[in-house]
Amino acid sequence: MKKSVFLGTIAVAGLAAGAVSAQTLDEVQARGELNCGVSTGLAGFSAPDSDGEWQGFDVAVCRAVAAAALGDPSAVNFVPTTGQTRFTALASGEVDMLARNTTWTFTRDVDLRFEFVGINYYDGQGFMIPRELGVTSAMELDGATVCIQTGTTTELNLADFFASNNMDYEPVPVETNAEAQQQYLAGACDVYTTDSSGLAATRATFEDPSAHVIMPEIISKEPLGPVVRHGDNEWGDLVRWVLVGLIAAEELGVTSDNVMELAEGTNNPSIERMLGNEGEFGPILGIDQDWMVNVISSVGNYGEIFEENIGEDTPIGLARGLNAQWTDGGLLYAWPFR
Amino acid sequence: MSDTHAQSVQFVRGTMIPEQDPPITEKGALKWMRENLFSSWLNAILTVLSLYVIYWVLAHILPWTVGGIWDAESLSQCRDIRDASGIDYNVACWAVITDRWHQLLFGFYPSELYWRPILALIIFGAAIAPILFETLPRKMLIVSIAAPFLAYWLLWGGSVWGPIAVAFGFGIGWAIVTYGESLLGALGAIIGAIVVPVLYWLFLAGPVGAALQATLPIGIAQIGSNQFGGFMLAIIIGVSAIVLSLPLGILLALGRQSDLFIINKCSVIFIEVIRGVPLIVWLFTASLLLNYFLPPEVSFDLMLRVIIMVTLFASAYIAEVVRGGLAALPRGQYEGADSLGLDYWQAMRLIILPQALKISIPGIVSTFIGLFKDTTLVVFIGLLDPIGLSQAIRADSAWNGIYWELFIFIGLCFFIFCFSMSQYSQWLERKLNTGHR
Repeated sequence: MKKSVFLGTIAVAGLAAGAVSAQTLDEVQARGELNCGVSTGLAGFSAPDSDGEWQGFDVAVCRAVAAAALGDPSAVNFVPTTGQTRFTALASGEVDMLARNTTWTFTRDVDLRFEFVGINYYDGQGFMIPRELGVTSAMELDGATVCIQTGTTTELNLADFFASNNMDYEPVPVETNAEAQQQYLAGACDVYTTDSSGLAATRATFEDPSAHVIMPEIISKEPLGPVVRHGDNEWGDLVRWVLVGLIAAEELGVTSDNVMELAEGTNNPSIERMLGNEGEFGPILGIDQDWMVNVISSVGNYGEIFEENIGEDTPIGLARGLNAQWTDGGLLYAWPFR
Repeated sequence: MSDTHAQSVQFVRGTMIPEQDPPITEKGALKWMRENLFSSWLNAILTVLSLYVIYWVLAHILPWTVGGIWDAESLSQCRDIRDASGIDYNVACWAVITDRWHQLLFGFYPSELYWRPILALIIFGAAIAPILFETLPRKMLIVSIAAPFLAYWLLWGGSVWGPIAVAFGFGIGWAIVTYGESLLGALGAIIGAIVVPVLYWLFLAGPVGAALQATLPIGIAQIGSNQFGGFMLAIIIGVSAIVLSLPLGILLALGRQSDLFIINKCSVIFIEVIRGVPLIVWLFTASLLLNYFLPPEVSFDLMLRVIIMVTLFASAYIAEVVRGGLAALPRGQYEGADSLGLDYWQAMRLIILPQALKISIPGIVSTFIGLFKDTTLVVFIGLLDPIGLSQAIRADSAWNGIYWELFIFIGLCFFIFCFSMSQYSQWLERKLNTGHR
């Protein structure tokens, strides 16, 4: 039932997306606030702290865009969205952008008429299993019971993986990650599968994390990134280049500590252009000349955001892996500011 | 006389025997246990088994609950404290409640302004008291009339003149009904009392409020709906829907009983359509579809949309409950009212509805309890009600992995509300003696 409503609204979304006015940046600046759609709660990516302040990896992207567009990283109205409401919230103009662990897929990009501005996290679906079962590879999972969140791409990936390897499995459907933790710990399923970042975060909360292993196989590609509406390219460009700026700043060694110093002037022309000492990049986007200075000084560069929210020193404890700079063997590759 | 049988009986007691306690097996707890718990071998075995089950359950739950840790900053710290104190079983980590109770109750409402929702709740209590308990002085009804506007102003803040300008519209409607009847006739007065205030709200209330604010600025800090959450949200949605749906439901029930064709058919269609579709669909409609039908620049508050949808949903159910009460009244009551020469509204107000509502009390209250619990469904459209907040709290890396503690707290709070509603309804039933006499 939920799904049919969802599909119905998606159909309407397709019709209406084109009708929403194209001047998002003007609206945001007139409003003085960015409406940013985030997840209602995903460990490390978006969650309110005990003071009600939203924190997390995806939240930092919202703050960075607000810092660029409005000069104030706190001028964000966080709109919690669920898996069902996120796309209509964006299509109907209730939010200006989504920063909500959304996988970039063909249908979402093309058919639903959205625009993924880039990728801020490369994820992939993995398996977690108790160590005592002695399984070392996902190929040995024939006949396993698997805890799986319903209505997500992980469900489809799982079916694909088992079918293509001629294996059987018995699904144990669960609604939320918290419920999955309980089911898995209670032994209702042998295996828990979700995005590997979620698996790591979940395992970190267990009494004895070392009693559970995450299989080496990653069975899907989950490129997650911020999303904007089709048809407002100026706004899409702004969000895209804020994201690129965060990644480029890490590559160029610009951090929240030294950005003020570097903004005084350096001998590196790339940094000069990014921080607005050369060229007119801010005004071309329709915002302040020192936009990247605002962004970096308020949220830090990509590496700082990663380490603060989901890095190895946090309880989530994710390694950079694919999300390292291309120079370190990762996939992050910022396009030149030129 | 007393000597008559002196030779025929050998012993006559001269004094009363002092009263004695009944045998130990025939009194007090022992007797009760013998009769109720150990009256036969089978019952004795069942009793022992049940006692063991109760012991087993409590032995697992009590140490976990009572031994819980209240003072920690994260789940891992809870575990460290437990390990340090040498406890080898699992204990609850109630610290999550100490750390986040304010969010579960108030959402993201600014903590220095908590007095506002609390005061609004007190005013609501004072407003509803004269309605619930008719021994209280009738003058308190003035509070009941002012309360919705006062509570709105306290919760959302902003200029005091906005709610006053809106309240003035109701005043206009009341004045037209009371004084316009001689001028416009009964039907004309009712139509006028609906049309004039609506026109006033649409075109005049906004400018009037703004003008008054400009001349005499009185206001408190404005709080957006997105700051609302937790039980405050559940109570606001629940209470607004309960208060608004009862009159609407009664009107719908009367409409369905009515002989007027259009009114009758409209009521039937409304009730059947609303009841025929699950609440969650109406909530999705409120949150997703309505956005497309409204022009983009109109930002219609999501909470308001949800309140309207929940009200409509509840009123359809109330209508059917009240219709049951109306149907249960003997036909003689209707005919008696007619024979007294009362018109339709007088008959309904003085004779039919008081009896019909009395019969419907259990059904109405049980609808309200269901409605209050259904407010947790708003979690699916991204509003942070207690369940939604529990998800958000679990997403904080400090509390990720905590589960039952939050649900137990939320369950307890809901139980307090629903149980007191149910107790009130039982008290009211006893007082009104709804049984057949």
